Amino acid sequence: MVSFTPTPEQQQLIDTVRRYAANDIRPITHESDEGGGFPASVIDKGWQIGLVPTAIPEALGGLGEMSALTGALAAEELAFGDLSAALAVMTPALFAYPVSLYGTEEQREVWLPPFLEEKAPKVTAALLEPGIFFDAHDLKTTATLEGAKVRLNGAKAYVPLAGDADMMLVYAKNSETGGADAYLVGRGADGLEIEGEEKLMGLRALSTYRVKLNDVRVDLPSRLGGAAGFDYQVVLNRSRVALAALAVGVARASFEYARDYAKERQAFGAPIATKQAIAFMLAEAAIEVDAARLMVWEAAWQLDQGQDASKAAYLAKQYADKAALTVTDSGVQVLGGYGFIREYPVERWLRNARGFTTFEGLAIV
Amino acid sequence: MTISFEIPEHVQQQADMAKMAAEFFMRPASRELDENEHQRPDIFVQNIWPVMREMQKKTLDKLAMPPTDGEKKPERQSTQNLRLMLMIEMLSWGDAGVYLCLPGGSLGGAAIEAVGTPEQKLRFLRRFAEGEIPSWGAMAMTEPGAGSDTSAIQTTAVFDKEANQWVLNGEKIFCTNGKLALDESDGLVVVWASIDRSAGRAGMRPFVVEAGTPGVKVTKTEIKHGIRASDTASIVLDNARIPADNILGSPEVQREGGGGFKGAMATFDATRPLVSASALGIGRASLEFVKEKLAEESVEILYNLPYHKLSAIQRDVLEMEAQLKAAYLLTLRAIILLDQRQPNNLESAMSKAKAGKVVTQISQKAVELLGPMGYSREWLAEKWMRDAKINDIFEGTGQINTLIVARRILGYSSKELG
Repeated sequence: MVSFTPTPEQQQLIDTVRRYAANDIRPITHESDEGGGFPASVIDKGWQIGLVPTAIPEALGGLGEMSALTGALAAEELAFGDLSAALAVMTPALFAYPVSLYGTEEQREVWLPPFLEEKAPKVTAALLEPGIFFDAHDLKTTATLEGAKVRLNGAKAYVPLAGDADMMLVYAKNSETGGADAYLVGRGADGLEIEGEEKLMGLRALSTYRVKLNDVRVDLPSRLGGAAGFDYQVVLNRSRVALAALAVGVARASFEYARDYAKERQAFGAPIATKQAIAFMLAEAAIEVDAARLMVWEAAWQLDQGQDASKAAYLAKQYADKAALTVTDSGVQVLGGYGFIREYPVERWLRNARGFTTFEGLAIV
Repeated sequence: MTISFEIPEHVQQQADMAKMAAEFFMRPASRELDENEHQRPDIFVQNIWPVMREMQKKTLDKLAMPPTDGEKKPERQSTQNLRLMLMIEMLSWGDAGVYLCLPGGSLGGAAIEAVGTPEQKLRFLRRFAEGEIPSWGAMAMTEPGAGSDTSAIQTTAVFDKEANQWVLNGEKIFCTNGKLALDESDGLVVVWASIDRSAGRAGMRPFVVEAGTPGVKVTKTEIKHGIRASDTASIVLDNARIPADNILGSPEVQREGGGGFKGAMATFDATRPLVSASALGIGRASLEFVKEKLAEESVEILYNLPYHKLSAIQRDVLEMEAQLKAAYLLTLRAIILLDQRQPNNLESAMSKAKAGKVVTQISQKAVELLGPMGYSREWLAEKWMRDAKINDIFEGTGQINTLIVARRILGYSSKELG
């Protein structure tokens, strides 16, 4: 039966993440965005909420509850706090979830237990590529089989936290089949070059890197899913749902701030929210936030039902990408001149929201 | 409770049946009924009446059952409004003008169901649940000088103590199904009138005016841009006398808190998402048709391509599809809240503002994308565009619904945010 009420457990999680966002993230977002990123202790605390261990299979000591819907609910709240912090907290999942879903027994036994520890393993994943015509279904990075080894070549971009990462999951096009492969690549691999930190319009409190792969040779057993490979489409669907949920969180942050501001700010002898020109912008923002969230929920629900969520996830992301931009733009507009000043958070939300049409593979639920 | 999008099978079956009715009885007559304004959609009405009669009988039987005391079983979530939503969507996919001629109480019936006493409900709604010949209900609120601003309503209701009757005087316009209700069946119209002009909105009340009441006359049916199969009537009330207990809500004027008016306005929370549902049906028809015709021209819509690999047409279609889905989900949420008997004033206004706007845009885009054939009356796309527009106007314009959303999210009264 159709219903829009989270389970009590989900509601508890929402409340926990909301508190974390309000108490730990929000007070330091401005300075973190201006330089230096978030302190490791804050990101660790986000890790300790326990999103990833919940998803690790029971046989390995996790709870075996990998729900895209629950993930999406948490993602929205994290991004409501701050998008950079949200992506930092969610980065270990970029590695853990695909392995949980598609790893061979051996890969799961070796790679997953570290995710049950107090501190998050330093891992990441590399999907996006530089260049203006990125297409997740036509990766330029290649994987070529050479006997018992695989040779990886190409360039990756927007790889979160790659600077510290011990391991990363690299997505590449299989030169033989044309399909997508993913390989576990260790930090010290020959030919793997982590270039300097990227300088982006937004996400300034998150360290992202360009990564070059020049004839990086990995062993065949490090291919995700072994000979069977994995379902790349599902990984993309889960990523699209995650990113769309994050977009909703950013949009909601901006909407709520602008709404509260408009009720305080006086002009012509009354709060500006009493003018339809402002009130309508806010009403439309509220509608867009809700609509985008419902689309995210539907796609996430389909994933959890084991249905093909490709269409719903694609449309949800397309919708949320746009909604986040228009809503955060309204946020700046409602604040007028103050909206343009970096001391106020709305311009940061606009910078962060602008990225969603570019972001692919930066988060997963 | 858990978040779910699972439509129960029996509800889906009913929606599928509605789609069949739409295919057999509505689509084939669609063009003809549009070209011959006000021609009654007899084939549809005859075939759908037994179904509607049965459905309405069930609703009425439930109303007639005495309230059971003692242990109460945990109430399952009703599917009444969900069924209605999907049925309306499908029927409007068939033909939105013809859908409005669906026999039954319509908006008038909804008002009675929402605010009538048990006695009133049984007395007035029975006609929609029995008989060989169907009847219709309608709602008359708008006046030449009172559209969105309902407080400007001039129609008066004066109580004649001696005769124990209300005496109504005034003129109503834009009454959907007014002619079907008053002239072409043994129906009824819920008429909004003031019992105390000095009290403003607090003095406004809905009254049930039955067909055959002396002094009530349909003076005109409008010729319209779209939904031409549906009559939009002007009604004159000239010393129209109705029984004392045909008033819906309290006859006392409470100047504080809005009194009966506020309660009666709550019917809109129930009816707005149903208008959204009708809009969704037109949007779905337009989108499906465009995709079908594009496929014939080998233009396929894929759900995997990055922006730079999409053609302009593919972008348009994807945008139409995403917007329609957004409107659908907002409507679904407003409807489910109704079925859960929870307040949905905000959600209902959101669904209506969104659906009215995007379906108007979708249907207009469909005409554009189909080129010379989209504009041609040979196909139905141009008709759907004309039919769609009303959904952003009646049951509260897009602007009024946006205003309601704004007031709710800001916590403002209508005085604080006019």
